[in-house]
Amino acid sequence: MSGERTSTEGLRLPRPSRTQVKAVLLGAAGVVGLGVVWEGYKALAPETGVSIGSTLVLPRTSDLAMPHLWEMWSRALEPVTGAPDAPPLWQAVLGACGFTLRTAATGWVVGVVVGLLLGMLMQGLRTARDAVLPWVVLSQTVPLIALAPLVRRWGSQLHVGTLAWPDWWSVAVIASYLAFFPVSVGALRGFASPDAVHVELMRAYGAGWWQTFRRLRLPASVPYLLPALRLAAASAVVGTVVGEVSIGLRGGVGRMIVEFGATGSSDPAKQWSPIAGAVLVGLVAAAAVALLAVPLSRYRSSEVQS
Amino acid sequence: MSPDTASAPTPAPAVRVSSVRREFRSRTGQVVALDDVSLTVAAGEFVSLIGPSGCGKSTLLRLVADLDRPTSGTVEVFDRPAHVAREAHEYGIAFQQAGLLPWRTVLANVELPLELHGTPRAARRQRARELVDLIGLTPFAGHYPHQLSGGMQQRVAIARALAEQPSLLLMDEPFGALDEMTRERMQTELLRVRSETGAAVVFVTHSIPEAVYLSDRVVVMSARPGRVRTIVPVSRPAVPDGVDAREDAAFFADVARVREALHGPDDDDPGTDDLAGAAAPARVPATRGMDLR
Repeated sequence: MSGERTSTEGLRLPRPSRTQVKAVLLGAAGVVGLGVVWEGYKALAPETGVSIGSTLVLPRTSDLAMPHLWEMWSRALEPVTGAPDAPPLWQAVLGACGFTLRTAATGWVVGVVVGLLLGMLMQGLRTARDAVLPWVVLSQTVPLIALAPLVRRWGSQLHVGTLAWPDWWSVAVIASYLAFFPVSVGALRGFASPDAVHVELMRAYGAGWWQTFRRLRLPASVPYLLPALRLAAASAVVGTVVGEVSIGLRGGVGRMIVEFGATGSSDPAKQWSPIAGAVLVGLVAAAAVALLAVPLSRYRSSEVQS
Repeated sequence: MSPDTASAPTPAPAVRVSSVRREFRSRTGQVVALDDVSLTVAAGEFVSLIGPSGCGKSTLLRLVADLDRPTSGTVEVFDRPAHVAREAHEYGIAFQQAGLLPWRTVLANVELPLELHGTPRAARRQRARELVDLIGLTPFAGHYPHQLSGGMQQRVAIARALAEQPSLLLMDEPFGALDEMTRERMQTELLRVRSETGAAVVFVTHSIPEAVYLSDRVVVMSARPGRVRTIVPVSRPAVPDGVDAREDAAFFADVARVREALHGPDDDDPGTDDLAGAAAPARVPATRGMDLR
């Protein structure tokens, strides 16, 4: 069935290998396991949680704090509100997920472009690296919550022609602010990764900075860039959700979590749908980046550092 | 590719090194890697550089390639300053490491220099095919470097060095990492390829028999500071087909002469060339961390 296996690597059979099947099964087991832990804890732990002194160390297990999984599920199928024309909750959440995903994707693209340009700048000029790298690292210590209102205020003063700056751009900027960091650091490492023999070879060929970058540094950086892009996707989603919350942008899943959380006492299962939605956005973002890696497989022969 | 050799009565020498000195500054002080080195390599001539580790033979090659600059003195390649020659793609180069790009196939690796210098796609593809054929790797043209043995990778590196039909080949211990049998095959192959292209070769090696077998002249160098001790011309007798020149009496005589030159009376280094290097690791910085070994 497997036919002739030659010693040459790269000739892989397309059907899923045993390890791939195993990975899928383990992944599914992990999700099921999480559900079992949730319900198991809810069933076994005391209703009021576990406190040491006056400090609560394990959460309450009341239906208010930890609704049953099946309640969350059935709530998702019911309408969002009591209004007669209200769509089902899951549909509203999916809509919000789409909105958040678009913002996150925009932020990711901007962050990746900025990160790559910074990486190139730092690679090309030693002084730039010495001057810029500390700021790149410092930038990540600024709390997003402090930054978000500022970005919004600056944005509201900007006008591109007749086009006003929409609020979701501010959120995308915040997302890109988180996303650019792993990309710039990964790019810097990746661009510096070629062996001395390769760099000298390019010099011997009289190749300039751009040719060396294009033919050597960029392809050599792929194994470093792919994990950085994945990290950036996760950061962009987190940045978007947090950004939506901090500037109060309507339409996204972040605002929805806060909104539904406020009604938690009367409708405790409701807020878990947008939370699941946020997880879904993260998964879609990660999957999209993974797809991006597929056509780049030949650059990954030396793969998986970092 | 070498218009000078055809027309001019006295062709420009491939390499002319004049009174070159190269110093490296290190934490422990100044190291003189090369001191007052002068050397001329004629067009089409095969010259080997041999000597103990730290004698600056790799440094000298790197100066010719303009991968490094001399502290004083001049280096000319075909009557032009080394950096001009480098930018004009006057030479092909091969190192001890094959240095193939892992994401490129054999064919695409050989094409790389042509691609960098703007050769049209069809022309460079054809040229690369010829070269891959020349090194006998046609069945592997579409393979990636990690699918090849070390010897095959090194052959690809040599094909790549030949891609632009250079009239000068610079080789820094290209067979150093190969086993003895592969090494001898590669030497034979290099001589064949070189007789087909007529290129001058500057060849750095640790091996006396290799130097003698390949070269027209063997430049014997001494360490600290790196100097040219003597230059041994090789007799290179014509041997009938099917006879290995490495079994000829003249070959052994030349090997003996080079060995004597290496361990001459004024040589206070104990042991062989390799041991000399091992005994004095402090001198290795002479070639900096860039020795590509």
